[in-house]
Amino acid sequence: MPALILARLALLEARRGGLLWLAAFALAAAIALGGFFAALAITEGRLVQAALVAAILRICAVFLLAAQVVASIRREIDERRLEFTLALPVGRSTQYLGRLAGFAALGVLLAVAFSLPLFLWAPAAPVALWGASLAFELALVAAAALFFAMTLAQHVAALAATAAFYLLARSMSALQAIASGPLADESTWHELGRRAVDGVALLLPALDRVTRTEWLLYGAPDTRSYAMALGAMVLYILLLAAAGLFDFARRSA
Amino acid sequence: MRDERPLSDVPAWLWLVLGAALAAQIAVRALQAPLALGSADLPPAPSSAALRLASFGEPEAMARLAMLYLQAFDYGGTNPSPYRELNYAHLVDWLRALLELDPRSEYPLFAAARVYAEVPDPVKSRMVLEFVYREFLADPDRRWPALAHAALLAKHRLHDLPLARRYAAAIQRYARSPAVPLWARQMEVFILEDMNELEAARIVLGGMLASGAIDDPAEARFLRRELEALEHRLAR
Repeated sequence: MPALILARLALLEARRGGLLWLAAFALAAAIALGGFFAALAITEGRLVQAALVAAILRICAVFLLAAQVVASIRREIDERRLEFTLALPVGRSTQYLGRLAGFAALGVLLAVAFSLPLFLWAPAAPVALWGASLAFELALVAAAALFFAMTLAQHVAALAATAAFYLLARSMSALQAIASGPLADESTWHELGRRAVDGVALLLPALDRVTRTEWLLYGAPDTRSYAMALGAMVLYILLLAAAGLFDFARRSA
Repeated sequence: MRDERPLSDVPAWLWLVLGAALAAQIAVRALQAPLALGSADLPPAPSSAALRLASFGEPEAMARLAMLYLQAFDYGGTNPSPYRELNYAHLVDWLRALLELDPRSEYPLFAAARVYAEVPDPVKSRMVLEFVYREFLADPDRRWPALAHAALLAKHRLHDLPLARRYAAAIQRYARSPAVPLWARQMEVFILEDMNELEAARIVLGGMLASGAIDDPAEARFLRRELEALEHRLAR
């Protein structure tokens, strides 16, 4: 299976590139920082530790994966290895989805590794749900980073676009709440701005509804809202994969 | 691993420059005293919406991190009366914003009742106690411990029995969860009993530990330390 070979190559490249060590360092740093902050807390020491370690590990996992995907793809393009693989008798969709599967599998491995320390401070079921949600979130980040790395010509531009997309998606609900706050004026400009924010929100995944720290602190979410949040992630991964395939099909080299 | 030339290939002047720059950096940093967040440094509180935006979808982590940041103001190691010089209007706004960010966190009200309301300034203490009372009404079953301590402070520190009875009556009336211990549900009687602050504090702490209301080691440690400090103060 050519797709499986490409997926395996993505994992192999991550291992040889030292991602394992970076992940281990991120884990150690997050646990140390969490312990430091918990020692300063006069109450909710366990919750402080769980919340901060989870938040740090989540952003570390996203950054590591996005950087790995962008670096890997841009290197492949810059060294003209992509031209070589395009000449192989393997369908373009197989090539694109194979790479995506490899990066998503890397995301799953990171999610598992980064969930393990949370068992120290939170019940098992919420940690498992948090970890599964992080795996889906990382698969989405991998799809976004792959899309931007393939479509944008520069390494920095691709990484910046992935970061902007991710942070905006996590902040959209807060932006919408601010835009429609009770103290907002009723001018036409404000109304246009509010509608623009709502419009942008329609195009972004609701990343503020997944991998929530509150699950670790106050208990697991109800099954329906959890399934809906993860279903929305799968839908967005499909959208990003379709957009990436569309661009990849048009690529001359 | 990348290919590298041996260390002996590095010119001597570069070793010197590197060593001197490192030594200078360490010397400069060693001469700089660590920044202490003084009372005047506490800025006005941002809105909870702004904090939510800045949290990038992590309001619970942000609320706790901001509480640690807040409790660093006006608390130097040698400060004889921590928090006394803080601008309490700003402080209460901060606590309110952080509570809005994560309404299920007990940290802001715990700090309000156990730390900020204990300053020896009746005006500031009352500001915080009123904040605790107003926020208690939004979620009595979860927030009654802070108001119970507020009632004790009103009685024993402010010597304002009507205020203490108002807080005690509110607990009796609104905190209906079976998890609320009996002494708290009979708080008004408890407040009217003729006992000193130490006896009352011992009963409250013992009752909370027995009822499981305190399950956090850091909190239990902090409360035991507070009790010891109270014992020392009253023994003098």
